[in-house]
Amino acid sequence: MSNAKLPTTTTKKAKGDEIVSGGNQDYVTMTIADQMFGIPVLQVQDVLGHQRITRIPLAPPEVAGSLNLRGRIVTAIDVRLRLGLSARPKDKPGMSIVVDLRGELYSLMVDSVGEVLSLSNDDFERNPATLDPRWREVSTGIYRLNGQLMVVLDVPRLLNFTNMEAA
Amino acid sequence: MDDLLSEFLTETNENLSVLDVELVRLEQNPNNPELLSNIFRLVHTIKGTCGFLGLPRLEKVAHASENVLGKFRDGELTITPEAVSLILQALDTIKSLLAVLEATEAEPPGDDLPLIGRLNDCAEGKLGGGGAPAAKPAPATEPPPAPAVAAAEEPVVASSGNVTLDELEALWNATPGPTSTALAPVTPDPAEEPAPSQDLVVPEPEPAPAAAKVPAPVEGGSSGGGAGGGDGGAKESAVAAQTIRVNVDLLENLMTMVSELVLTRNQLLQILRSQKESEFAAPLQRLNHVTSELQEGVMKTRMQPIGNAWAKLPRLVRDLAHELGKKIDLQMLGADTELDRQVLELIKDPLTHMVRNSADHGLEIPADRLRTGKSETGRITLNAYHEGGHIIIEIQDDGKGLAIDKIKQKAIQNGMATESELAAMSDQQIIQYIMKPGFSTAVKVTNVSGRGVGMDVVKTNIEKIGGTIEIKSTQGKGSTFVIKIPLTLAIVSALIVECAGERFAIPQISVVELVRAAADSEHTIERLKGTPVLRLRNRLLPLVSLQELLRLDDQEGKVKRDDDETFIVVTQVGTYTFGIMVDRVFDTEEIVVKPVAPILRHIEMFSGNTILGDGSVIMILDPNGIASATGEMTMGENVTKEATSVQAARQEDKMALLLFRAGEGAPKAVPLSLVARLEDVDLSSVEASNGMPVVQYRGKLMPLVPIDPGFMMGQEGRQPVLVFADGDRSMGLIVDEIVDIVEERLVVQLTAERPGLMGSAIIAGKATDVIDAGFFLTQAYKDWFGSSSSEAFEEEKSQRVLLVDDSPFFRNLLTPLLSVAGYDVTAVENANEALALCEAGEDFDVIVSDIEMPGMSGFDFAEAVRHGSRWSGIPMVALSSHASPRDLDRGRQAGFTDYVAKFDRDALLYTLQQTLSEQKGAA
Repeated sequence: MSNAKLPTTTTKKAKGDEIVSGGNQDYVTMTIADQMFGIPVLQVQDVLGHQRITRIPLAPPEVAGSLNLRGRIVTAIDVRLRLGLSARPKDKPGMSIVVDLRGELYSLMVDSVGEVLSLSNDDFERNPATLDPRWREVSTGIYRLNGQLMVVLDVPRLLNFTNMEAA
Repeated sequence: MDDLLSEFLTETNENLSVLDVELVRLEQNPNNPELLSNIFRLVHTIKGTCGFLGLPRLEKVAHASENVLGKFRDGELTITPEAVSLILQALDTIKSLLAVLEATEAEPPGDDLPLIGRLNDCAEGKLGGGGAPAAKPAPATEPPPAPAVAAAEEPVVASSGNVTLDELEALWNATPGPTSTALAPVTPDPAEEPAPSQDLVVPEPEPAPAAAKVPAPVEGGSSGGGAGGGDGGAKESAVAAQTIRVNVDLLENLMTMVSELVLTRNQLLQILRSQKESEFAAPLQRLNHVTSELQEGVMKTRMQPIGNAWAKLPRLVRDLAHELGKKIDLQMLGADTELDRQVLELIKDPLTHMVRNSADHGLEIPADRLRTGKSETGRITLNAYHEGGHIIIEIQDDGKGLAIDKIKQKAIQNGMATESELAAMSDQQIIQYIMKPGFSTAVKVTNVSGRGVGMDVVKTNIEKIGGTIEIKSTQGKGSTFVIKIPLTLAIVSALIVECAGERFAIPQISVVELVRAAADSEHTIERLKGTPVLRLRNRLLPLVSLQELLRLDDQEGKVKRDDDETFIVVTQVGTYTFGIMVDRVFDTEEIVVKPVAPILRHIEMFSGNTILGDGSVIMILDPNGIASATGEMTMGENVTKEATSVQAARQEDKMALLLFRAGEGAPKAVPLSLVARLEDVDLSSVEASNGMPVVQYRGKLMPLVPIDPGFMMGQEGRQPVLVFADGDRSMGLIVDEIVDIVEERLVVQLTAERPGLMGSAIIAGKATDVIDAGFFLTQAYKDWFGSSSSEAFEEEKSQRVLLVDDSPFFRNLLTPLLSVAGYDVTAVENANEALALCEAGEDFDVIVSDIEMPGMSGFDFAEAVRHGSRWSGIPMVALSSHASPRDLDRGRQAGFTDYVAKFDRDALLYTLQQTLSEQKGAA
């Protein structure tokens, strides 16, 4: 899908999920189990293809392992498992989005990474109250796009595993 | 020159130049307390070191200045420019004195009375307005230092610059591949060498200054010092010129870069290995050498003699000796043993603490020493030496050794272990308790030690740097602490192993040897009830399967049998040696330890991760973590301990029971943890008081109660007695014979009709009467629990009760009592543990909580439960020894459903029953 609006008015972007009414936000889009997700573009460091991953024994199941990204060790998170979905079929290689959280790099494993969209804040909406609690926990809201919906992922909450274990 | 003196000069010169600046700033902002206290501290440091080094003239001047500054600080004097310039004058005087000191290694004769007089006047608030600027007693004034610094610094920079150029050139010449083409002009015409080497520095401005600073401290005083000394005017900073103070961050940075270089080198070598014939082979070989040398050189800049960490100890020991009235001789051996400054920083405090401990706890007072035939003067020996890739530091004293009995007693008191657990332990294991948090055997808390934080911190600090600590102690002979720490932290050599298709690194320093076990080899793995062991040189080595430990599933799905080839990495952690079973062993590799991501920090098996030569990420195993996870008691067993402390108190778990015979019928049993001691009472010492037999016990009267009311006490001989104690009260239960201590699940099967018996259970295969200690306690002291009457209770099956009480005594008493009444009891010792259970998803029908508990009190606990926890609907019953109406009110406000006096167990049972039936009615 193409995006008609250009990022004209958004000169300065608030970091994170602060959404100012009337402005535009840029998101890197991705697909997981046919659902579109988005992460604010400023939080994204890298997009990777399939990587060789070292498994980490005893780690939480969502932690797929660690990988070497230009000399830095990156922890890979299987977003499918984090969202309570089934594991990706083995024959599909998948892609990863690398994000930085408090100086540590994490690689979010998704099915595929799409284009960067600049979205109008008018199309933004809070999470519906009936959304799966697991999704509600890691999402800041929903964008209404042409023909589909995009879930905005909150990276810090996505990587916060401690709450999950108690739930 | 004396090391101490030269260090003092360097430091003081630095402090003085800071002071100059700070004082001027102070003059401009007289109301900045931070600035003032910094100045005060600096002057105080100078005074202190002067006093320490025996420099009276300097000390007097510094002292007088400090007085004035003290008055400023306390607000007794206002900061005027006159006063500031007076202090600046004093600083100038100190500088000139230092200059003489540096030249002659002695203070110049004479005194500075006029200056001191004026400083004192100033301190008293009568500053002579006119006198100040006129009489400048300082022989050397401000100007000389400035050129001196310049003159001294220049040669150093120049000389190290030369070194760098040579080095850089060597490095450049050695660099393989495309870079060598850049040197093309050099190679054809070696005669022009100096010129290109200069050129080399120009396009590379970054490495040059960095390298220039580093070699200087290593070189000591060779070139720089010579140049500085030759200059007559450079008296003041000749010492400073021999070394350059380099920001530690810069060194760290350099080290990181070298680490990365080592990794890249490893990667290149790995690639080379896979290619038979390569034109890169020779240059890579050279790069390899140069990198190793560079690594060594940078490591050296980080090395410091351990004596630096010891420098303050003689003074400390001297002061301690005075304070404690002991005579102590401190011997320090191997002070020039060098180790990484990062490691040095980390062990400084632990070492100081341990020496302090030795002086305070270890050594006896002279009189005691003479009595035991030792010389009056106690000795503490510090010994440092290299052994393999480790530094060993021994702290030895010839004092009384660790008191095993006291440690046991304390461990029981603090609820760290039960008597039966301790009875099963070796002395070596018991000693380990001194390294547990919250442990201190010192009877009274002195300002020296005894605050219960200490050895555990020491142990944590040492383990943090991959070290281990071992304790050896002989009663009456003294104790030895052996600290084993790695030379450096940044780069470690590691053994790469494979298990279930995954590779792991094991730090080489903990690996003792490798053993191959297979059907055809002399070593085979044997099993003891499923636990693998290995016979190794007439010893049985416990084995740990890495695959099971890390829960790795074999990808090929084949089941590994003991006959298959297995490699055993014999690993040593402290005194504990064990074998790690792996599938394959590769070679060793130099690795850079990188910390794991925060979300993985809780996995104790790994100390970090790294990138191998082939670019793959690999986890580094932590032998300490593996040792503790596999249940070795002597080493830090935090993991297992934590897991058990929450669960172990569940009443269905095993419980140590003391079996004994008394009176007629079946053998009797009582939970061992209720019994404080077992004693043999001499019957002739039994007296009668208040119609009850009593015995003098530990300076108090202890009532004796027979199990069988018809028991007639003999007049002579000895009788075994179980001593129950709570607080300062104790009572003895007279029994006929103590049979055994067993660990069994206590399932009371028949409730007893007779008072004093809780019921019958099968223990050690026999029907056994479980006695109700509470009943006998009330026989001795009527008020121990309040009155008791036996009453039948309606059984409320499988109602779950959470009991929160800090006293192990009451926990142990109430758990059987409540379980007899049909409740499923979980006992925890504090509110935090209870809340942890809440987090963990446990559910209860009722919570019984003590009020007075260390940490979170019962009221706070109730509030925490009532506000927003999952348990907010569970009824809570408060237990307290105070049961005034005011307390009841407060308890209700906090959220307690009911309030029961602590000693009234009948009321407790009644209340529980009421509360639960109400709850049921409501639901």
